[in-house]
Amino acid sequence: MTRALPVAAANANDAATVASRARGAGSLAERIAHGAPAAMKWLWLAALAVALVLPLLALFGQAWFDEAGHWALPARMAELAANPNFVPLLGRSLAVSLTVAALVVPLAFGFAYALQRSRIAFKPLWRGIALLPLFAPSLLPGIALVYLFGNQGIFKGAFGAGGIYGFWGIVLGEAFYTFPHALMVLIAALSLADARLYEAARAMGASPWRTFLTVTLPGARHGLFGAACLVLTLVVTDFGVPKVVGGGYPVLALEAYKAVVGQQQFARGALIGMLLLLPALLTFGVDIAMQRRQRAQMSSRAQVYVPGRDPLRDACCTLVVIVTGALLLTVLAAAVGASLVKLWPYNLQLTLAHYDFDNMDGGGWLAYRNSLRLAALTALAGTLAIFFGAWLTERTRGPAWLHGVLRAGFVLPMAVPGLVLGLGYVFFFNAPSNPLHTLYGTMTLLVICNVAHFYTTGHLTAAAALRQLDAEFEAAALSLGVAPLVTCWRVTVPICLPALIDIFRYLFVSAMTTVSAVVFLYSPDTVLAAISVLNMDDAGDTAPAAAMSTLILLTSALACLLLMGAARGWLRRTQAWRAPQG
Amino acid sequence: MQAGESVPERAFLAIEGVGKRFGGAGGFQALDGVSLSVPQGELLCLLGPSGCGKTTLLRIIAGLEREDGGRIHAGGRELTGLPPQARDYGILFQSYALFPNLSVAQNVAYGLQGRGMTRAHREARVDEMLALVGLAGSERKFPGQLSGGQQQRVALARALAPAPSLLLLDEPMSALDARVREHLRLELRQLQRRLNVTTVMVTHDQEEAMAMADRIAVMDGGRIAQVGTPGEIYERPASPFVAEFIGQANWLAGRLSGRGTFSVGELELAVSPARAGEVADGAARLCCRPEAVRLHPADGEPNRLLARIVDQTYLGSRYRLMLEADRLPGITLFADVLREERHLLPAQGSHKFWVSLPSQALQVFA
Repeated sequence: MTRALPVAAANANDAATVASRARGAGSLAERIAHGAPAAMKWLWLAALAVALVLPLLALFGQAWFDEAGHWALPARMAELAANPNFVPLLGRSLAVSLTVAALVVPLAFGFAYALQRSRIAFKPLWRGIALLPLFAPSLLPGIALVYLFGNQGIFKGAFGAGGIYGFWGIVLGEAFYTFPHALMVLIAALSLADARLYEAARAMGASPWRTFLTVTLPGARHGLFGAACLVLTLVVTDFGVPKVVGGGYPVLALEAYKAVVGQQQFARGALIGMLLLLPALLTFGVDIAMQRRQRAQMSSRAQVYVPGRDPLRDACCTLVVIVTGALLLTVLAAAVGASLVKLWPYNLQLTLAHYDFDNMDGGGWLAYRNSLRLAALTALAGTLAIFFGAWLTERTRGPAWLHGVLRAGFVLPMAVPGLVLGLGYVFFFNAPSNPLHTLYGTMTLLVICNVAHFYTTGHLTAAAALRQLDAEFEAAALSLGVAPLVTCWRVTVPICLPALIDIFRYLFVSAMTTVSAVVFLYSPDTVLAAISVLNMDDAGDTAPAAAMSTLILLTSALACLLLMGAARGWLRRTQAWRAPQG
Repeated sequence: MQAGESVPERAFLAIEGVGKRFGGAGGFQALDGVSLSVPQGELLCLLGPSGCGKTTLLRIIAGLEREDGGRIHAGGRELTGLPPQARDYGILFQSYALFPNLSVAQNVAYGLQGRGMTRAHREARVDEMLALVGLAGSERKFPGQLSGGQQQRVALARALAPAPSLLLLDEPMSALDARVREHLRLELRQLQRRLNVTTVMVTHDQEEAMAMADRIAVMDGGRIAQVGTPGEIYERPASPFVAEFIGQANWLAGRLSGRGTFSVGELELAVSPARAGEVADGAARLCCRPEAVRLHPADGEPNRLLARIVDQTYLGSRYRLMLEADRLPGITLFADVLREERHLLPAQGSHKFWVSLPSQALQVFA
């Protein structure tokens, strides 16, 4: 630093004339900029209350008190339990979800293992196929199963006299629907491996099988448990698949849906909704406790594991991905194919007649346009809300209790199934005494509900990206007199843009495909594509329902590809500072 | 401030009785009534082991942590309670916290925006700062394309660009290779002197503190253990903690009896009364630096011992010898000898020779 020292700069007093010393007082704009994060936190807290906490409380209130406002929970519970249908309902829900978990988790583990720990070819292709179900509403597998094994299906004899309708229909449909969810959890669990453990196992002469049992499986224990919990919760609270292929096999979620939508038995719906919240809350709590313990397992000194050559393992893995991929594609192909032919399976002439939605019941093309609008608005508003929410708690200074409350609020939606959230929204926003009552049935409320429903996944992505940044960015900027919001815009957002696009993509696809919460909140003007699938299927228009499902699938997949392209383009453009050569 | 220590005149930065507790009543007392003053243009080092409170103190000066009690003044202005942006300081973080998506020039100019400067003015200031740290010509590079040392210079230029009256350095060298570190240490110190900017630096590296600081404040358990020049701290440590934390030392446990005699077992050592301080007679500890142990002392010298070399460590410019003295059974004495003088001593083994512990080098602690 001694070289090339200009004499003029050598004196700090000289320099002082260069930069204004006027600090502290600041202009009004500056003061607002510096004070903004504190105000924003209260705004986010209020939003959490309105979009999440109050609706849940409304649900509880509905279940706990009778019309006169008296404590009625014990009486209602007793009434519910005394109902001869209730215990079988509960049993069926449990049987279905446990069967699905037992089927999906090992399969998804095998698939994730093949993707992360083997050297099979075409990994991106297999991964893409496995994640395809995410792009379709949960009704699609139900419809596809009807076409494959239903009364007029190709393989109609396969499930005996009762056909696919019932237990096995629900199990297979839910398996298709939950497979990618479990897979994503397990891919993440298997992505971290400490090569040193594998080297140690080999050095001690452990066989590959023993290494798998003693190193790989324990390392993925948390992921396996998490995946099982996720599958159980998804299945217990889904009513889409049971509605389409459940036949005479009613389950709890469908019962709650029917109680509110068909029979106007709000108290009964609220009570079942509350029960459905229990498993989710329970697994959520256990999951957090396990995450705390797991954290220490992967130390910063761990070496990344790279799978070595092992033809036998790779052959087995290839078999797993091909068989699983083929099954998933068969289901998809059945729905897509049935939507494109005149009358499955009797007249296989190609036609687009089923896509003429305006001539069907269920909402027509309006539903599709509404869905596009909803998905775009949810993604836009949600990305902003989620990113700035995470930024507030991760990157700004403030009272610890407030940050704690906000963080808890941001992860709570994970534990609230869409069905439960939707019921809460009905009770809260549909109450005539609520000034926000006017929102009921509007697109705004659908957007709010979706953002709240899908908040946590986005929040975790944003928080992880924000935590990777240097801890002192904001402090350094503050010392230079620059407000945190300015630094957020100039530094944090550009660095985190890939994560932002990820969140946007997730919200768009989720809003495009979801049925569970919004089914309670739409009006004839705001009917959605996925809901029209439900309605058309209900009305017996199975082929148009398949067609709309196909359209949703295509739209989601296309949006996903475009956004991934955008993210890649941005990464390439900013390579200069992302991938330093030094 | 330690009792009896003179408060420097014209203190630029004055810290009075600052305390900080993390985690409420049952929590951790990070700072316990710390007072310090730093004159204009001085480089003061906060030195101590991890958890001693030095970083907390720096962050409180920066306004990044809120003190529980006490006051802070700088340049005649009270800073207590002011937010960071109103305090007028520059800070260099351990990680540098350079903005990776902004070029070097944009990084340096980051604090110059919104201060009523024209664009030309800003650019001139950026050029000036980059020239000052020897990085002229790197304006368009991104931080990721620079070496660690260069990144540190950019961060320094950025911190100094708005001409702050106070510079805070948070372990500035710890992210660098050992070789680069020594070199940059010198440059940073020269720059600080030239700009005459009052500087507070946090470090846990005693060598770095010794090399750079005008004065060092050794911290322990949220308190200041001693403040003084590097020489004072090393040669006249105020407490066993300071003596142990800075440099190596031989420790002997024994008794102080009468004025000026320290006995370890049968051995009696004369100590200078000035270095016994206010230690009362009775059980006491004696500290002696390895390089102070005299080898082959003259015949009449006090505190002589017969010793033999049991082991030695080669340290480049010198050897550290492990000695066993007849009259200090069970105790290993460490003594340093220059490499070129090693041959004057016997080889490792049974051969005995005289050593002495000069009384003016023996510090007694209670």
